[in-house]
Amino acid sequence: MSDTDGLLKIDKLHKRFRLSSDGWFGAKGQVVNAINDVSLEITKGESFCLVGESGCGKSTLARTVMGLETTSAGSIHYMGERIDNMSDAARLPYRQRMQMIFQNPYASLNPRMTISQTLEEPLRFHRPDLSDTQVRDKVVEVMESVGNNTSWLSRFPHEFSGGQRQRISIARALMVDPEFVVADEPISALDVSIQAQVLNVMMDARDHRDLTYLFITHDLSVVEHFGTRVAVMYLGVVCELAETKTLFASPRHPYTQLLLSAIPKMDGSEMTHDRMHGEVPSAMNLPTGCVFHGRCPHAKDVCKTDIPTLRQVAGRQVACHFAEDTG
Amino acid sequence: MALLEIKNLEVQFPLGRKTLQAIHGLSFDLDKGERLGIVGESGAGKSVAAFSILKLIARPGRISGGEVIFDGQDLALLSQEEMRHIRGNRISMIFQDPMMTLNPVLTVGTQMTECLKAHRDISDSDAKRIAIDKLAEVKIPSPQERFGNYPHQLSGGMRQRVVIAIALLTDPAVIIADEPTTALDVTIQAEIMGLMLDLCRDHGVALMLITHDLAVVSQVTQKICVLYAGRLAEQGPTRTLIAAPKHPYTRGLVKALPQQNVPGTRLYQIPGSMPTLDDVPPGCAFNPRCSFADDRCRREVPEPRQIGTHLVACHHAETVAAA
Repeated sequence: MSDTDGLLKIDKLHKRFRLSSDGWFGAKGQVVNAINDVSLEITKGESFCLVGESGCGKSTLARTVMGLETTSAGSIHYMGERIDNMSDAARLPYRQRMQMIFQNPYASLNPRMTISQTLEEPLRFHRPDLSDTQVRDKVVEVMESVGNNTSWLSRFPHEFSGGQRQRISIARALMVDPEFVVADEPISALDVSIQAQVLNVMMDARDHRDLTYLFITHDLSVVEHFGTRVAVMYLGVVCELAETKTLFASPRHPYTQLLLSAIPKMDGSEMTHDRMHGEVPSAMNLPTGCVFHGRCPHAKDVCKTDIPTLRQVAGRQVACHFAEDTG
Repeated sequence: MALLEIKNLEVQFPLGRKTLQAIHGLSFDLDKGERLGIVGESGAGKSVAAFSILKLIARPGRISGGEVIFDGQDLALLSQEEMRHIRGNRISMIFQDPMMTLNPVLTVGTQMTECLKAHRDISDSDAKRIAIDKLAEVKIPSPQERFGNYPHQLSGGMRQRVVIAIALLTDPAVIIADEPTTALDVTIQAEIMGLMLDLCRDHGVALMLITHDLAVVSQVTQKICVLYAGRLAEQGPTRTLIAAPKHPYTRGLVKALPQQNVPGTRLYQIPGSMPTLDDVPPGCAFNPRCSFADDRCRREVPEPRQIGTHLVACHHAETVAAA
């Protein structure tokens, strides 16, 4: 890959999960199409956001990028190097350069390890050359950089609140000096007054450490604040990909429009009327044509038969047959 | 007179030698058809307040003081047997997770008719007719079929609609909804909240909406109570409470929302976190996190006082409002 700015390149990625093959409850041979032909590129220094509702494949995409799931088809390149089909040994350096922050800080910290053990472990694993003093210095440096008190180090996770635990998880991810951090709903399990604190820590880390984020969330107000570019996912497909400002100013895909209209407004207006948009179909039997046609107010016959591909319309990429008319 | 009046409510949970006080002298009221929001973080006492109205506080927790007056009757004095005629009948409750509130081994129809027959002396066919009407009212497509479905056959949004239909079965005067959309996706949340707003308006039902989401509560309610560490921080009409909060905590909550900040900049943040019940600081519980705090705040618990249309529990409310 000649493009030097491109950090992560996902090309025509598919991920299918096969349900139990022994035929219990009639599940024989059924396949969940979690990701369908997703291509996107993340450049260095971006805060790339992935939004969508539960089951749209955003977490699966993140886990596949991190190598926690295998791909079914397609490829993932990191700085020009193909990483999805690497051996575990060859992949190892990439596990240091790419780190992940999980949603639930109550489940992602080992309850039997002190905070300093939790933070030291990744560093000792990836950098066996460092002395004990160097490791300890690094722990203190990272803890302070995310605004954590170093007196926490000898304590256990149960002694901390959700927000504090999430700041510890962020510190753990930063221990090995990653370039790329995947954050899967890092603030949705936290209280409102704490969400702002954690988002600030993540933004400070980005500015001071030159991080690139893949940020996964369902909360669009966070995307508008945090993201530089956004991909909106629906049923395993990217339906719109744009600069954050462009997307929020003039969404083109009918699904993006629906999502944006669902954000509660704070301007004193009342909730808009209940419109029946139907439900998200199952990823087991995907609709033919455009995955969104069943809920789409603009759907025509062609949407039921032809799958729309991402194409350039009005300064962004949209996968809709009628993107010119929806603005 | 208000339909539901909570006066100086105190709720305690004995814990070994200590006693934790979950609610301190909480008062608010709800008029017929009024929509009230109860806002606060986890542990602020929102759900405990709701549970004590329905006398659902689990032992050894107990209401240790105050009154809950519903329709002229003090619910705190009623026996559990008498309470059964109120609970699920005159006052209904909707919980957060519809998968936990619906019985997985009974059909939607059985659960609905069971509830109706517990409170009304009616025939099976009448109960079924009313149940199907209510399912149609909450906009469930093909209600006849859904009547025979089990909860697992429905999506999360549909399940919460069923729960709302059950809450409406007996034409209650009050619905208490405890984080009804927190487990749901954003588009479904908007549909469900819109539906609840319409239903409350059409039927003249009073709504007590418990949530941590200021944006949701600002669109649905007319009045908001903000709780902090078991006490009222601020109460006022929704519009002015959001636009011109007078308590530093309310102010911080509103200012910390990403919608209220310039995109890409550092967010306004309230430092620290809410104290746990066994570790509440003396004086105002919010003082360690408050930029207005002085010696008086560290000594004296501020009592809620009337400032304009708001009730504010802050020694410096005037300064905060002007800031």
